Amino acid sequence: MTNSWTDIKNTDLVVIMGGNAAEAHPCGFKWVTEAKANRGARLIVVDPRFTRSASVADLYAPIRQGTDIAFLLGVINYCIQNEKVQWDYVKAFTNASYIVKDGFAYKDGLFTGYDEAKRDYDKSTWDYVIGVDGYAVVDDTLANPRCVWNLLKAHVSVYTPEMVVRICGTPKDKFLKVAEMIGECSSPSKAMTSMYALGWTQHSKGSQNIRAMAMLQLILGNIGVRGGGMNALRGHSNIQGLTDVGLMSNLLPGYLTLPNEKEVDLETYMSTRGFKPLRPNQMSYWQNYRKFFVSFQKAMWGPAATPENDFAYDWLPKLDVSGYDILRAFELMNQGKMTGYFCQGFNPLLAAPNRKKVTESLSKLKYLVTMDPLDTETARFWENHGEFNDVDSSQIQTEVIQLPSTCFAEDEGSLTNSSRWLQWHWPGGTPPGEARTDNWIMAQIHVRLKELYRKEGGAFPDPIVNLDWAYADANEPTAEELAKEINGKALATVYDAADPTKVLAEAGKLVPGFAALRDDGSTSSGCWIYSGCFNENGNNMARRDTSDPDETGTYPKWTFSWPANRRILYNRASADLNGKAWDPSRKVIEWDGAKWAGYDVPDIAPSAKPADVGPFIMNPEGVSRLFSRGMMRDGPFPAHYEPFESPVGNLIAPKVRGNPAARVFAGDFEQFAETASAEFPYAATSYRLTEHFHYWTKHVRVNAVLQPEFFVEISEELAAEKGITKGGWVRVWSKRGSIQAKAVVTKRIKPLICDGKPVHVVGIPLHWGFTGAAKKGFGPNSLTPFVGDANIETPEYKAFLVNIEPIAGPVA
Amino acid sequence: MNMELSRRQFLGAAGAGVAATALGALGFGEIEAAHAEAIRAFKLVSTTETRNTCPYCSVACGVIMYSKGDRKKGERAEIIHIEGDTDHPTNRGTLCPKGAALLDFVKSETRLKYPMIRKPGSDRFERVSWDDALDRIARLMKDDRDANFIQKNKDGVTVNRWITTGFLAASATTNETAWETYKVVRSAGMLVFDNQARV
Repeated sequence: MTNSWTDIKNTDLVVIMGGNAAEAHPCGFKWVTEAKANRGARLIVVDPRFTRSASVADLYAPIRQGTDIAFLLGVINYCIQNEKVQWDYVKAFTNASYIVKDGFAYKDGLFTGYDEAKRDYDKSTWDYVIGVDGYAVVDDTLANPRCVWNLLKAHVSVYTPEMVVRICGTPKDKFLKVAEMIGECSSPSKAMTSMYALGWTQHSKGSQNIRAMAMLQLILGNIGVRGGGMNALRGHSNIQGLTDVGLMSNLLPGYLTLPNEKEVDLETYMSTRGFKPLRPNQMSYWQNYRKFFVSFQKAMWGPAATPENDFAYDWLPKLDVSGYDILRAFELMNQGKMTGYFCQGFNPLLAAPNRKKVTESLSKLKYLVTMDPLDTETARFWENHGEFNDVDSSQIQTEVIQLPSTCFAEDEGSLTNSSRWLQWHWPGGTPPGEARTDNWIMAQIHVRLKELYRKEGGAFPDPIVNLDWAYADANEPTAEELAKEINGKALATVYDAADPTKVLAEAGKLVPGFAALRDDGSTSSGCWIYSGCFNENGNNMARRDTSDPDETGTYPKWTFSWPANRRILYNRASADLNGKAWDPSRKVIEWDGAKWAGYDVPDIAPSAKPADVGPFIMNPEGVSRLFSRGMMRDGPFPAHYEPFESPVGNLIAPKVRGNPAARVFAGDFEQFAETASAEFPYAATSYRLTEHFHYWTKHVRVNAVLQPEFFVEISEELAAEKGITKGGWVRVWSKRGSIQAKAVVTKRIKPLICDGKPVHVVGIPLHWGFTGAAKKGFGPNSLTPFVGDANIETPEYKAFLVNIEPIAGPVA
Repeated sequence: MNMELSRRQFLGAAGAGVAATALGALGFGEIEAAHAEAIRAFKLVSTTETRNTCPYCSVACGVIMYSKGDRKKGERAEIIHIEGDTDHPTNRGTLCPKGAALLDFVKSETRLKYPMIRKPGSDRFERVSWDDALDRIARLMKDDRDANFIQKNKDGVTVNRWITTGFLAASATTNETAWETYKVVRSAGMLVFDNQARV
């Protein structure tokens, strides 16, 4: 989230699209209720199903899954055509006025530079014209036809209300009402918040779904303000933290990136990460990249990372592809190219798409290690459970080691919630049996592997034997020790760059925050954006001060919010070019003539003059991007693409199938149903229930009682058409698998009319498997296609094709 | 935080006092004693309170766990009740149907208690000691790493990568575990590395 759960109370309009907070985040949704009750805020829900969020909405608009971009670009088109634009914000704080290179164009669903064989773009024209002064050329009058604003205006012009209705199946009056309500929030005194989750990410164009809404929010002037923002509700309790700390193939902690093999040394690596400002006076905060990178290397390898060895740059593995995400991992496994796999609290047999492929892949491993408090399906993928896991154990040669770990109640440390709050928690119970903490397990793996390398030698042991491991007990680092390492330490005394007489941190002390980090090896920090979480003031993540001056919803002293305890990102943008709040009743920070001050930690240098320095300090432009240059693989603007399996063709670009830049492995394309398939005519989607959390709560007695049994949800119309009775058994199958379930026939799902043709939706909840206290069942991943988002490879779980038929029930 | 008298304990004690005084004033001395006998002792009075957060979704509601026994004193602690933390700014004491049933997660029958191993071709798990399990894991890792570690690519560039063993990390672990995991995985040269944020 750019904002926080408690900030939602400040909004005037909540748009829930790509999520279902009332059911998936019930106690967070309370803040929507608060805004409705106390501020008169309104709620719009756009979803294929009439969810419980929709049931309390002021306006519900149905939409066919996978068409959100067409809907959102339709709203942007409406706002542009109807002057629903916060012009002062757009002109000052976005790149609307930047001139784009000649040669950049969009035609027939493709941007300039497409290479069909590679399914990739040459993005060289997707950029600004750079002037002789080295800065991007701008036209503040927005008259130049090549400025971002005019290109955007032309790009969205095809998304007329009529086109939106044809693509999305949303009734026209509903779409226009949504557009009108959203358009009202272009007033500086009105704020809209966007609440979204996996309903937007789990598409082959998930990143662009989110970008489309972010662009709309910028056009309305809603980023950085109280009650505004782009608010990712997120999934697991620490999914934000795991992303922040960079546990992904291509990441280093704090959104630094792992080198690729073309970056042969530190200087080459840094040459593309210099981030020179693109406009005068801009902070371009990534100019500090080297400080964060070197401090990370010092946290990894301590005294062994020296200026002489480029701070152990060579010890980081170098990528040869964009990343080894979970889909690529299973693809390699399936090709027999992997030996071992670790699943730490992760159940890919139910979580990764195309379960048949997942089972075959795991069966080709030499070894699989699982660490979990619960008995997962993945740990037992080799065990026969009849139709629910139909395998022959004797044919599976994988050695499986299942390690019991503690659960939350027995473990200590911090979790980062979707508000970016790092909240410390304490252990209260004794673990069952011989269950051990993950900290102990990971330490044991490292210590034992290191010992083998010390004894036997072997392949390049240097990064393992030199890993900084100076914990009081090498067998189990404590949460406090690790938190201090994340925060960072002064290895030599650090002085203020502006005033060398001023000491920022004495040698041996914890640094106060990331401003004290240095690129000469005199500081260490595991994750720069978390710096300040545990400094010489103590464990700031354990703070429990509930004070909230003027009841703004800020709670500045409750735990710690990254970065720098900032509660609203881009909060400088809550004030105009003179530094005055756009809406005085919703002040966050203001310029007092000498500095920025207010309820929150300013997201800008406190002394940065308002007219000089732009609010979006991480961008070298200092402004936000309506045109994202070459940052996204599939285009600098979002464009409508159908899901890879779609009941209708792409009306904007009939020749384009799916997202043209999404990666598809050989063999997977053949496993997609064709567009408008007669064999698989129904549009399926997956979702969560209030009573369950993924595949955990089926192990929990109360929840297994509340929602005991797998089902699929269909409309009364489809049930009538197929002769399916309420509570009757059905078979649902896709090109990749088949499942059996009871049918829940509801009014919550209705057929949509898309381009004149009815489209039936089949809803498939995701909480069942073959271990735990609930009845055995299936999940959507038995059916879903093996393809991910073009930018981040999140699998397309929300839109795929199936067929359905009534069957006699299984023998009880 | 665990030292202070809990709100429940305080209210429990104060409530009992009010009732006794009122009944005594009405001249029901003996009834008072009998009544006091009949009231079940408040079940959380002798428990230890610990603050935690709900492990499910990323709203991260505050919870209070009540245990018999105090881990801080080195005692065996059994959690007997979990409820919403009324001081928490986000959830203000409320919990959803998942959070409200957390006790059954802690005590689930399918909680794992011992390390287990399933040998190739076998149809069952067998118990194994931690030492044997961990030594086996280290051996499997090292054998694979030694056999398949790539120090230089075909152009002679140092790449130091290991792509035949991969790691899926848990997005319900703490940041501290995440950081430790990061150190262990990356120092081994692993690139096949992901977490639930992907899916």
